[in-house]
Amino acid sequence: MSMSLLAPARIVAIGRNTFTELFRQKVFYFLLLFALLVIGNSAFVSKLSFQEEFQMLKDVALGAMSVFLSLLAILTTAMLLPRDLEDRTIFTILSKPVPRYEYLLGKLLGVLILLSLSALIMGLFFIAVLVLWEQSVLAETQRALAGSPQELAAAIAVVKKAAFSWDLIPAMAILLVKSALLASLTLLISTFATSGIFAILVAACAYFIGHLQVTAREYWMSGIGGHWWTRLFTAFLALIFPDLQAFNLTDDIVAGIPLPLDIFWQTMALGGIYVVVYYSLACFLFQNREL
Amino acid sequence: MTGRISLVRSLVATLLLALAGAVLLPWQIELQYRGKAAGFRSISLNLGLREQIGQSGFLAALSGFRSPLAAILWIEAHTAWEKTEWGRMASLFDTVTTLQPHNLLYWDIASWHMAWNASAAALQDTKQSSLALRERAARQYIALGRDILERGIRNNPSDYLLYERLGILLRDKQQDHSAAADAFAKAASMSSSPAYIKRFAAYEVSKVPGREKEAYDRLRSLYEGGERFPTLLSRLEELEGKLSIPKEQRISTAAKSPSTSHRTSK
Repeated sequence: MSMSLLAPARIVAIGRNTFTELFRQKVFYFLLLFALLVIGNSAFVSKLSFQEEFQMLKDVALGAMSVFLSLLAILTTAMLLPRDLEDRTIFTILSKPVPRYEYLLGKLLGVLILLSLSALIMGLFFIAVLVLWEQSVLAETQRALAGSPQELAAAIAVVKKAAFSWDLIPAMAILLVKSALLASLTLLISTFATSGIFAILVAACAYFIGHLQVTAREYWMSGIGGHWWTRLFTAFLALIFPDLQAFNLTDDIVAGIPLPLDIFWQTMALGGIYVVVYYSLACFLFQNREL
Repeated sequence: MTGRISLVRSLVATLLLALAGAVLLPWQIELQYRGKAAGFRSISLNLGLREQIGQSGFLAALSGFRSPLAAILWIEAHTAWEKTEWGRMASLFDTVTTLQPHNLLYWDIASWHMAWNASAAALQDTKQSSLALRERAARQYIALGRDILERGIRNNPSDYLLYERLGILLRDKQQDHSAAADAFAKAASMSSSPAYIKRFAAYEVSKVPGREKEAYDRLRSLYEGGERFPTLLSRLEELEGKLSIPKEQRISTAAKSPSTSHRTSK
């Protein structure tokens, strides 16, 4: 039986299976439900001005999306290999003509589909709440300023500026790419981890260190003072861990800073390259691993 | 999971990871600088902020949750307002604006709370019998509101809003019409500013002794541009009297005779 280098049908089959498996897990529903509750509730912060309400909604909703996508990426990916080993599914799959890299790619694909679906549901819900809230404020403004067309036009412009902005879409896309990066990083960790809990803990540590990577990098590259071993250690941190701060653009986007298109695409590409690097290294480690 | 990976393979994987990091490093640095130039990633999370928001808050801010943390603290500040805890509000505003320095809304409302609400509350503070001390407290809150706006402007120098708010504060709360005129003029020079700010700047100049001619020129220019607001007309008439403008050049004459106005504007 001849076997091609990469068989999309096999990868899609493993991916679909992984997605179905993850989709049926309670943790997915709990996380999604909790995220939707946080997003929905943030719209009902009473007694604030409409501008503040929109700001709170955007801040909390994108924050909730970031938390839940990151959690989902780490928790679901960390348990993939341990569970397959535990219920011995991995032996059934790998005893067939399925290369290990295809198995890992299928697993990653399943997680990425789940993350994309979650981001889509949360994103659509967030935009629906924001737009409905905007319409409600606009209707109220129109009623209040019906007699003064000039003031009404100015007020409508202020409401629209405070509510939905197209920059929110790339902001959500960047959150998705960040979660994909975390999923592939967790997959890499799980190829050498001794248990699912260990993989989760290491991935969580990598998450925090990744956010501090830029500090280590700046210290290392400044070349000022410090022992040689301190410099070596910071260099190691800067090279081993991803710069997760590069994906934290939502904080500034919700503050009203327009996102230049080139920065958006470069951030997306950087995330994509990290995914490829981590997946490739996961394959390298998993290739000769004793199961 | 009981699987093992050889030590050599683990070392090679670590080296490959470091190599990939080294290849991506220039890109990361370039992206960081470009982001900073566009207004992203410009806040520094230092020990001062660590003391303000506590360890868990600092960890959240480091992990990319600056904006939700700022939103939560903002709601806390709102609760403090309902309880009229002005000191706590000032401290929370300081933290929120440090976390989100590019959010104009936070600077704007924080300064309004301090310069208007807190100062008014200080004046009506029944616990303080001395009027002088009440007025002193009110002045301090107004100064705090001004300081918030000035810090906001330093962080967002290219937006008109905070300059406009500073102009209003200087005009209504500190009666510093010269500084208010400068703030409005600065706001009016921004590309997205509404047309009325230019008028506000001219009104404020008209209140500054010694700058009557400059005020007249500015108001006259607005008048020639077609503006006919009652305040503008009354200020212009007042300045015409003060500056002894010849009768044929005055707006009352000009308004009656458009051709004269046309000739005058030339």
